[in-house]
Amino acid sequence: MTETGGTKPEGEKKTRTIAVGTIARVEGEGSLRVTVQDGAVHDVELKIFEPPRFFEAFLVGRHYDEVPDIVARICGICPVAYQMSAVHAIEQIFGLRVEGPLRDLRRLLYCGEWIESHALHIFMLQAPDFLGYESGIAMAKDHAAIVTRGLRIKKAGNAIMTLLGGRSVHPVSVKVGGFSRVPNHRELESLKDELAWARDAAAETVRWVAAFDYPEFTPDYTFVALCHPDEYPFNEGRIVAGSGLDIPVDEFERHFTEHQVSYSHALQCTLRGAPYLVGPLARLNLNHDRLTPLTRQVLADTGLSLPLRNPFHGIVARSVETLYAFEESLRLIEQYDPPPSPSLPVRVRAGIGMACTEAPRGILYHRYRVDGDGVMREAKIVPPTSQNQGRIEADLRLFLPRVLDRSNEEASLACERVIRCYDPCISCATHFLKLEITQVKE
Amino acid sequence: MNQAAIQLKQTSRPKLGVFKFASCDGCQLSVLNLEDDLLALGQALDIAYFPEASSRMEAGPYDIALVEGSITTEEDAHRIRSVREQAKVVVTIGACATTGGIQALRNWADVESFKQVVYPSPEYIQSLRTSTPISEHVHVEFELWGCPIDKGQLLRVITDLLAGVQPRLPADSVCLECKRRGNVCVLVAKGVPCLGPVTRSGCGAICPSMGRDCYGCFGPMERARTGPGLPPNTASLAKQFHGGLQLIPVEVVRRFRGINGYAAPFKQESERWGQK
Repeated sequence: MTETGGTKPEGEKKTRTIAVGTIARVEGEGSLRVTVQDGAVHDVELKIFEPPRFFEAFLVGRHYDEVPDIVARICGICPVAYQMSAVHAIEQIFGLRVEGPLRDLRRLLYCGEWIESHALHIFMLQAPDFLGYESGIAMAKDHAAIVTRGLRIKKAGNAIMTLLGGRSVHPVSVKVGGFSRVPNHRELESLKDELAWARDAAAETVRWVAAFDYPEFTPDYTFVALCHPDEYPFNEGRIVAGSGLDIPVDEFERHFTEHQVSYSHALQCTLRGAPYLVGPLARLNLNHDRLTPLTRQVLADTGLSLPLRNPFHGIVARSVETLYAFEESLRLIEQYDPPPSPSLPVRVRAGIGMACTEAPRGILYHRYRVDGDGVMREAKIVPPTSQNQGRIEADLRLFLPRVLDRSNEEASLACERVIRCYDPCISCATHFLKLEITQVKE
Repeated sequence: MNQAAIQLKQTSRPKLGVFKFASCDGCQLSVLNLEDDLLALGQALDIAYFPEASSRMEAGPYDIALVEGSITTEEDAHRIRSVREQAKVVVTIGACATTGGIQALRNWADVESFKQVVYPSPEYIQSLRTSTPISEHVHVEFELWGCPIDKGQLLRVITDLLAGVQPRLPADSVCLECKRRGNVCVLVAKGVPCLGPVTRSGCGAICPSMGRDCYGCFGPMERARTGPGLPPNTASLAKQFHGGLQLIPVEVVRRFRGINGYAAPFKQESERWGQK
């Protein structure tokens, strides 16, 4: 956080602005400006000064087999999510279905990413808000054991990604049809001891975060997540909303529309004109019956009851999912039987394909058009943070009245905490978010 | 540089700033991925400005500035100059900051048409025509290559700076690392267009180790002498891709025009094949 705004009379009316110059502990760079007029919230603007990078444009003309390497670069925190949505969309075009051990390995790789991303947010980005520190590193001075545990949990997620993908940031092995290389049994077994430790540490983490002091705040959310009949969703499922929507992925664009809102110059994605929530909280509420018995028990023991409607409980949902991801990783390793070949043969054909997978921050939709030579002709990518952006602003409007009596600095800090609940990834969202063009009125 | 490093050695707890420009955050994440050494790093250095990790944002001057991302807007072109003024040592971290990154693909395209592809109201988008490395704007003391950087190399460079030593990293090719790992050459055995022979080492030859071709994310390798026929011999490799592996010219262009496509040796090679 840098500047905090000021108060000035404007004609008869008294206008006050609350500003957060740089929102801290989020991925990417954004700012917030709130205008309060005569004691009422007038404008809430979550602004992005992250420059656009034009991924959808320069994907055009590239060969399909370059796409996983390119889209990974949209986000260093969740590259696997981009790779997964991309390969599934392209495989749909080529009529290819990746099943069995190759599908399991993709799920395992995704578990690694959820763990790494969730642990980063829980321990380094959000927990410092509840315990009153500026950062995870500063928190370590008084809570060394907890921060060390968090970093070790995160490292266990990175270890899965490094084994399967060569490295944890921008892994290299994911390709259309499968992988460039798959591990042998012994390599996967080598992860087990650490994952078993981390599973227990993750259960401890659920108990730890559930005991934080949470503000009473329960907006009326429409939760949206993938739902799969037998499993907690990663790569596959129908798009389901708490409001009753239940559609196949290829109908996404019929129900979810992107539009511009006058006060933020940002494209926002809405479901039938209203903001909605994606991410761990939505996933957990819509899929809790597909968690493992242990994970369900650990959650039940906290005394929290589902559905969780408080955005601050996002840290609980993330911790629960981390525990689940460790259990799921151990299960996948246990039953692993190496596939005969690391990838399936690909037959290129022209067409359009769509896919949606569950990135750590929520559903990530890709649509591609490929020509008969396997060259990309069109790309559309809808990241989770651009979907949540409308919801973040709506939450801030609801939350602000309870902090208006505080100083600008305190009010800004409180707003930042609300924003951080979403674990927003502004780098991801940027190619869909517009830069500010007009001066905000004072 | 030596002078700056010596000054750092005399500073008891040097102030570190981490600055972000157009990027994916992956190199900053590599700092946080130093899991085992992160807390020790926080003790050795005063992490004074690192918005992605901390709410405390202290003003400069800084002893070390780690810079992630490329310059793609007018505003960022100003901001990097201000970072430079406030920092004793500027270290770029990653392909975006060092060569312009994947978003430098716009440098061969019409940005106006790019805007129209991505945004319904392209006139609102403020963006420069090009994505350029930090060194095109300000003096840089040290460049860390890679997409993402190797966290071991990052730690090495920071440790060297703290010890008052000029950091040095190997700039030979991925092939050397690949041979040391005992890999079978994927270019020879599988006939895939591996960029390893012209790409800088540092990643540990992970792509060939994972059974695939290197795609150049650590940028062009370097030797003391440069010139036609001397390493990185992109011309010879491109000829092999075309004549030996039967890549058509547009495929050769795509091969060199990737993550580090704007780095001079790769840029020149792709432009040569773009004319064929």
